[in-house]
This record gives sequence, structure tokens and C-alpha cells, in this order.
Amino acid sequence: MKYIDEYRDPVLAQKIVEELHRIQTRPWVIMEVCGGQTHSIVKHGIDYLLPKGVELVHGPGCPVCVTPLDMIDKAHAIARRPEVIFCSFGDMLRVPGSQDDLFTIRSQGGDVRVVYSPLDCLKIARDHPDKQVVFFAIGFETTTPANAMLVWQAHEAGLKNVSILTSHVLVPPALEAILQSPHNRVQGFLGPGHVCAVMGYSQYEPISARYRVPIVISGFEPIDILQGTLMVVRQLESGRAEVENQYSRVLNREGNRPAQDVVANVFEVSDRTWRGVGTIPGSGYRLRSEFAAYDAERVFDIHDINTLEPSNCISGEILRGIKKPHDCPAFATECNPQHPLGATMVSAEGACAAYYTYGRHLSMDRERLVTISTGGGA
Amino acid sequence: MCLAIPGKVLSEYVQGSMRMAKVKFGGIVREVCLEYVPEAQVGDFVLVHVGFAISRVDPEEAERTYQLLQEMDQLGELDEPEFGEIATHAAKGGGS
Amino acid sequence: MNSRDGIAVAESVDMSEKKQLEFGACPLPIFDHKHIVLGHGSGGKLTAELIEKIFLPAFTNPALDKLDDQAVFEVQESRLAFTTDSFVVTPIFFPGGDIGSLAVNGTVNDLAMSGARPLYLAAAFILEEGLPTAQLQRVVQSMRAAAAAAGVQLVTGDTKVVNRGKGDKMFITTTGIGVIEHAVNISADRARPGDKVIVSGYIGDHGMAIMSCRENLEFEGTIESDCAPLNGLVYAMLEAGPEHIHCLRDPTRGGVATTLNEIAARSRVGMRLTESSIPIRESVQGACAVLGLDPLYVANEGKLLAVVEAKAADAVLSRIRQHPLGAQADIIGEVVAEHPGMVLLKTGIGGTRVLDVMFGEQLPRIC
Repeated sequence: MKYIDEYRDPVLAQKIVEELHRIQTRPWVIMEVCGGQTHSIVKHGIDYLLPKGVELVHGPGCPVCVTPLDMIDKAHAIARRPEVIFCSFGDMLRVPGSQDDLFTIRSQGGDVRVVYSPLDCLKIARDHPDKQVVFFAIGFETTTPANAMLVWQAHEAGLKNVSILTSHVLVPPALEAILQSPHNRVQGFLGPGHVCAVMGYSQYEPISARYRVPIVISGFEPIDILQGTLMVVRQLESGRAEVENQYSRVLNREGNRPAQDVVANVFEVSDRTWRGVGTIPGSGYRLRSEFAAYDAERVFDIHDINTLEPSNCISGEILRGIKKPHDCPAFATECNPQHPLGATMVSAEGACAAYYTYGRHLSMDRERLVTISTGGGA
Repeated sequence: MCLAIPGKVLSEYVQGSMRMAKVKFGGIVREVCLEYVPEAQVGDFVLVHVGFAISRVDPEEAERTYQLLQEMDQLGELDEPEFGEIATHAAKGGGS
Repeated sequence: MNSRDGIAVAESVDMSEKKQLEFGACPLPIFDHKHIVLGHGSGGKLTAELIEKIFLPAFTNPALDKLDDQAVFEVQESRLAFTTDSFVVTPIFFPGGDIGSLAVNGTVNDLAMSGARPLYLAAAFILEEGLPTAQLQRVVQSMRAAAAAAGVQLVTGDTKVVNRGKGDKMFITTTGIGVIEHAVNISADRARPGDKVIVSGYIGDHGMAIMSCRENLEFEGTIESDCAPLNGLVYAMLEAGPEHIHCLRDPTRGGVATTLNEIAARSRVGMRLTESSIPIRESVQGACAVLGLDPLYVANEGKLLAVVEAKAADAVLSRIRQHPLGAQADIIGEVVAEHPGMVLLKTGIGGTRVLDVMFGEQLPRIC
């Protein structure tokens, strides 16, 4: 596939890795912000290629993991209602609330449907005028334009049986929260390539300047991540702290104006609670009051939520890269300390299952896996 | 948050009030909303996330940057670290 | 508190004390289910749990405990293979097949994976009230053709009808019996270090053909199910020397990754695969890329995985490639003594990835 295969070229990857080895003189801690980047790192085994001194730490870039528990409970309460068709991206189906997940709600009779695009909800709403279609609108800035278009189109068409449960989160405030923490270890960032395809990267310039951290906006294919890492390390080694654009084939500083405009028409910035972290001001979106009729939280009266937040959760520290999953008390026996996934991999491929099985891999240390990846094997 | 794949625009049409396209990804074709990439033409590659094109892939920029990468070991233009800045950085950044 | 990498580490908590894990932002999937969920049928971890916790304890016996896809036993000096499978696929008609051809080939293949010659099938139908009779006719004709192609006879059956809304159009259960004619010893626990792992062709076709029909996930393209009977192919392989073939499995639910994990676990060996050797169609790659799925976990219905003694691997591969169903076959990895139970993948980029068992149902993702 064009623009994918060439960014998986092992010879080019090896060149970049050699260059990294050549220039790196001290250990560095780099965070990749986006869950999709984390996924790519795990899927392609990229971290086993990096020099030992370059440590990739996984960031809070998975909207699934940062959606607060009470929001998930609200989603479940709505999904249980007999008059509701609850639509969601696949990612959210397996996330547990205080009691159940959307799968169990489906097993109990709830009409829960997986959609690929928010626009699918329009068709479902038209086909079922007697039902209330509710869409679980999660995502970072990459997904907001799509979710905004759903509301916009519903509004234009005068559809009365569609609403969204909004749980949008924004990246720049999250980065600041990470950098403000006194325990922060992160020295450089791989910035979120697809978020910036929509928003541009001007928002990251003041952050880079204020905290003196390199931020290289990177793509998702292995070559993108390796090159982005190289660009961060080059900056770190030379004491620079700038925003650079590795993903220039897809984005520029201004981003996508038409998308930003529709988002601004439909949403406004608001405070948001991040699971395990707390409320970060100005870190989310909510529907503007003109679109109140499409706000599921206002359409549905949900008061009987009993959210049980556990007391021993260290997820916030995991999300901020301060601790690794193996520090999480429940995972001390399960997660591989050399290969932490962070709180980012509740994905339908069973990558979350990887959480459980990494305990098996504690005996497989990094040295041996590096040997396998560079030398022997089939 | 960010699963977006590049695909080739095969055809365009209007559905309701939205500009749509048939986009080819490897061997399959999917319907995609083009409202956010009005400049996309048939034959262009667009980056698609949840059924929406969010950006156009710039073929010249892709070619240029890929070439640079491939020539990397011939460039030899790396910044040599300046020790003054490194000292500052280390004092600020390394460890908690 | 002890220290690792300079970071304070919380003390480990004895896992046995924590039964219901209620969490913060490592949102762990639920393990302790009071109701059956769809994931229990996906062939991954949840299914395994169900088998382990409910079925095995009730029925345990030597044949069952091997947990192969078929049971092999002796009856008066004949070695027989015996298997059953239920088919609940939706939609019942899909590109490249239907629930009927699937029901015949699925059971034929389970028998073939023991090295048996499949002989007879029984079929039980559960039909939903309101199903158009023409659809039943179409499925039955498809089964007739599939049985003829596989060389088996459908010799007995049953039909039930359930109320509208209780049966998702049609469910079919097929049970099959076959006879083992070669001196084979094929079982999931027979993989040995040094063995090679062979796949008989393109992976992911069936699962993505089904996915292409699912509501809201449709795409246009030419992905067809690979649904086919594998007994002819297996017999061709056995001619290269039955004793060299240690394991045979068709990677259905859970895909290649799950199936190889099962073999690795049962044989107590490790495996190392090479991503660049694994044959995948461009259309399947495209569909998986768009939906965020991994072809290694997508179901196949006309492919087999073989674990073969190293010295015979090239000969076996050659036999497979000569067969119409095996043209794209390749050696994709090897069995090792290290990291028993773990399957590692050397990725295209040169990295290493641990390939785990699938957890529940594979779903499209945006993240």
C-alpha cells in the first residue's frame, strides 16, 4: 500500500537506528503522545530496535483510557435503556464501568452497535425513527471534526432522535499537565501526527519554549516513529528545544482550517476530567448551547449513577509516564518492566490481553529480545 | 485516537449536502467524506480517519523527505553537540 | 519499597487476594462474567476460560483432555477421528460461501487435521420461524456441492424450528467421522524444537469477507471467503512422509496467532515467526488497515498450519504448493526450545513482537 509500505522498509529503519547509535551520548526519556503511535511501536517491535539509552515512555494518548469512570457509567446507563440504540467505536466496547461493559449490556438485551464512522449514526437514526440513537463521541482532536459533522448534519436535517455523549479531550493541556508534574521524567516528545493534521502545531510552540522540551510532530509508520525519535535525540544532544515537523507529507503548521471551523461552530472548549489524573482546565470540548438538543447528557436524565472509583489506582502516574504498569499493584506480577505498554492499549485485538500476558514475559529480558530481532531467528 | 490511513481518491459525488468520495485502500474501496479536504481531486491520496478525509498527502513533500532520509548517511551535516547547552539541559532535565 | 531503574516501585500485591479487579485507567476487560458474552465464542482467551472452568471439569477424559479439534481413538483396531462443530455465522450468505459450505468444510477440515480421511457427516439444523424456504434450499444445495467436493456423505440429520427472534435465521451443527489410514501421530502437543512452521496460503480472507458484510463496516472489494475442504491437501502432504508431520491445525477463530499459541502452549515450546514470510492479500491488508484489525487474528476457513520436522519441511512445502489450495504456501517460522509457550514475531522492520492469544472478539478501532 502506497505511503505505508515504503515507511516499513527495514533497510531504511536500520540506517536510522545506526544514526541514533552514532549520535546518542547519554540516556534520554522520550514520550510518544498518541495511542496509535504506541500501538505501532508494539506492533512493529520498534522499541527493541532502539539503543538502550533511548527510552520510549507511553503517553496519555488514548481517549479510551482517559475517559473518566463516571462518563463510562453514564454511557452504560443510557445503553441499557430500551428506547436507545447505542452506537460506539469498537474501542469502547470492552471498557468496564463500575459494573459492566457494553458487551455485557448487549448480552442483557441492550441495543449496542459498533460503527466505523459517526455518520453511520445518521442512517441508523433515519431507519429507526421510533428509537433514540446515541453516539459515544470520544476522541482527541483528530476525531472531533467527524463527531462535529454528525451533529451538524443532524441539525441541518432536523433529525430529532440523535444525540451524542461527549468525551472529547485535547492534547496540549495534557502535555502541560505532564510537564508540570514535579516527578516528570520526560525530556522530549513525539507529537501526535494526526491530531496535528487537524489542528496544526502552533499550539505546541509555547509549550516547547516554556518547558524547554523538543517536540517533533511524528507520523505512525515505523520509519516515521524512528525518524521522529532521531530528530528528538538530535535536539536533545545539541541542547535545542523546538517544534519540528517529521510528518510534513501530511500536515503543516496551520492544520486543516475547514475542519477547525466546523468544530468551532459545534463545540466550545471546556474543562474535562481525565481518568486517574483529575480535572484539567480547558482540556476538552462540549457542545455549544445552540446544539443542546444533541447533547445526550441533557436529553437523558441520568441520576442513578453510582460510580465506584478505586482508591489504590496509580493510573494517573502511569498516564504521565512517571510510573510504569509494573508499578501498578495489580500488575506487579503481570507486566514486563522492560516493555511497558502504559495505559493505552485497550484495543480490540486483545492488546489489552497483552497486559495480562506480559507477566509471562518477565523472564524474557530486553537483551535477549534484541538479539532475536537483530540476529537469529527465522 | 489516531488510526488514519492514506487512500487514493477514485471518484467524487455529492450525498445529501456532503461531498463524498470512493477511496481505495490497498485492494478495497470505501466511502469517505471529503468535506474537510475540498482541494482533493481524483487521483490524490488523502488521509482517512473514521470515514473522513482529514488531510491530503503531498506527493512532492513525501518524495523530498524520503529522499533525504535515504541519503542520510551521505549528508554528514549533523549538529555537533555544544557542551554548554548540553550542560544546561542535563541540569534541568535528566531524572526527577 | 525497592527501587528499579531509579524509580520507586510499589510493593507487589498478592494477586490471589484481588478477585474482582476494579480499576482506574488501566481499564482491564472483565474476566468474571455472570452472563455469556459474545467474546466467549470468539476462540480466544474467553473461550478458553469457558472450556477450562465449565466444560473440562465436567467431562474430563483422555481423549477430551488433549483439546485437539478432533478426538482420535481406536475402535476394534481402526483408528477413528470424530468431531463436531456449530455454525452460527451472520450473514448466512457471504462472498465465497455460505453457512452450509462452511458447515461441511469446517467439520471435514477438523477431521483432516488429524490426518484422517473424512467419511460421514451428520447435520442438525435449527431454523428460525420465518426463514424463507428458498434460503434453506440454497444452503442445502451448497452443502451438497461441498460434500461432493470433499468426498463425504451426509448420512443423518435433524431439524428443529424455533420461534421468530430466537434463532438468527439458521444455525447448523455438523458432526463428522473419519478413518486414519496413515501411520500418523499428529497432535497439538507434538511440536519439537527445530521444526518448521508452514502456512498453506493467504491469511485473513474469510474473516474479512464476513467483516465486509457487517452493518456499518461495509466496503467494496474482492475479498472472498477461502472456505474449502483441506483433506485432499493433507493427503498430498502425508505422501511426503506422514511421520514428519507433527501438528496440523486450521486457523479458524482467533486466526494464525491464536492457533500457534495453542500449539506452543500444548507442546511447551516457543515459536519464532517472520512477518515478511506470511502471505497476505493486498485487499485484506487494506481492509485490516482501515478498520484497525490484525490479519494474524482473523479467521481462515480454507488454510492450514503445519508443524513439520525440519529435514522434511522443504519436501512438504513443495507438495503443498503443487496443490491448488496451497499455491501461496510458505515457511513462516520455526519452533524453538526457548521461551516455551510464547510466540515471537520478527517484524518487517526488524523489530520483535510478542504475539499473544486473542482476548475476545476482534473489533474495529479508532485509536
